[in-house]
Amino acid sequence: MSASGTSSSLEAPGASRGEDDAVVVLDGLVKRFGETEVLTGIDLEVRRGEVVCVIGPSGSGKSTLLRCVNLLEEPSGGRVVVRGTDVTDPDCDIDAVRRHVGMVFQSFNLFPHLTVLENCTVAQRKVAKIGKAEADERARANLERVGLGERGDAYPAELSGGQQQRVAIARALSMEPDLMLFDEPTSALDPELVGDVLEVMRDLADEGMTMLVVTHEMEFARQVADRVVFMDGGVVVEEGPPSQVIGAPREARTRDFLDRVLNPTHER
Amino acid sequence: MTSAGSARPAAPRAGLRELLRSPRRRARVIRGVQYAVLVAALVAIALVADWGEIRRAFLDPEVAAAQFPDVLTVALVNTVVYTLLGFTFGLALGLVLALMRLSSVAPYRWLATIYIEFFRGLPALLVFIAIGNGIPLAFGVFLNRYVVVTLALGLVGAAYIGETIRAGIQAVPRGQVEAARSLGMSAGRATLTIVIPQAFRIILPPLTNELIMLTKDSSLAYLLGATIAERELAQFGRAALNDYRSLTPVLVAGLCYLIITVPLGFVVRRLESRTARSR
Repeated sequence: MSASGTSSSLEAPGASRGEDDAVVVLDGLVKRFGETEVLTGIDLEVRRGEVVCVIGPSGSGKSTLLRCVNLLEEPSGGRVVVRGTDVTDPDCDIDAVRRHVGMVFQSFNLFPHLTVLENCTVAQRKVAKIGKAEADERARANLERVGLGERGDAYPAELSGGQQQRVAIARALSMEPDLMLFDEPTSALDPELVGDVLEVMRDLADEGMTMLVVTHEMEFARQVADRVVFMDGGVVVEEGPPSQVIGAPREARTRDFLDRVLNPTHER
Repeated sequence: MTSAGSARPAAPRAGLRELLRSPRRRARVIRGVQYAVLVAALVAIALVADWGEIRRAFLDPEVAAAQFPDVLTVALVNTVVYTLLGFTFGLALGLVLALMRLSSVAPYRWLATIYIEFFRGLPALLVFIAIGNGIPLAFGVFLNRYVVVTLALGLVGAAYIGETIRAGIQAVPRGQVEAARSLGMSAGRATLTIVIPQAFRIILPPLTNELIMLTKDSSLAYLLGATIAERELAQFGRAALNDYRSLTPVLVAGLCYLIITVPLGFVVRRLESRTARSR
């Protein structure tokens, strides 16, 4: 299990890594909201099968970075290349790219008027044009995978937050993506429900899914991530294996942030 | 000090001022007064009213019986048909207006806004006059009665329905569109599959109000004149009023409107509780 191994040994499987191996490439990504520059020239690469966790204080731009990958936010400058397609190119078919990029939101965003099963089939049917029988089967398999095989006929409002977030993961997986984006997936959950969701994400990572995860769960990042990126003020301050960034941070800003997160009540 | 306060001597008599000092007691007294006024008013009406005269004017059983079955088979049916024609057209045009109001193309937004401000500000009666009398006179064309009713009710209804639908669409959280788009849906597909079904649940109650308003506005068709078979409820009541010199037919016609509107409210409440599971 990846949790027991050290991060450096995990990097071994991806032996040959050329440009084709990169699922996401951010090249000088800039994002401005009006006058404020939220991201100031981010360079980042996520390779196939890699789990990258982005951590940092609120307002550091990490969610914006994630949303620039599937163009929920329009980048103001730089290049974003996803699966070999430059999504910042105005001619690119962003819908086609998004079909292969799953996204999980902080507030779940399940479709409340559809059942759990329909949530997992609607995009398959309407976007990928898959037949009902096959779509249902795929959806059931993914609900099974997140431990909710029995709840297909329920409506989202009838589920707990943790169950809703697991359905959201199953919904994204039903499009058979080869990259999953997670935007603080456990931040809106009651503490006792966080574990189930993290468990599902850990299984996904073990199965080799490429994942870009914005999170405040330091323990998850430490155990599951191949690489941790610490952001502050719109720049990447520090980047490396979790043993380094979380275990032995080099930058003062990283140390200060981790100190606040890991020992919230301690006296300075 | 405290012992002196708590050992206050019991009030010898609960005077009115003492009674009104506590807010809860004051509320009880006020409620009692309200009941007393109500009972007094009912008694006064019962004593003063001339029940025989009222019955003759409003509740003449023979006159009432004479209205059936035509008031149902002709008048009620016509009212429902006119209303549904106007509502269907109004709903279709209203949806177009709502999408125009939300368009990223500015001139569409302007056009929709102008339309809505225009037709929302006009009395429905004037629109009926313009379409039913004005167009045939000005252009020398004959418009089918159903076309006139559909246009007049629909054009006015669409202005209100359009605003209702726009508000409903805007009430669907942004995250819903983001989730749909992130699954690869196009903007149009996301609107159709995710936003509009949710918006319609939100606007079901105000939309019912529009339908009820159109039911009542369908009475304006009386302007167009009508053969006996074309009469809707209001016109039916009016014609019978002339025939019988009694208000009874008007009351019967009025009750028939309630036969439409009251069950409508009931059905919508049922629908709402049925969909409660999925919000």
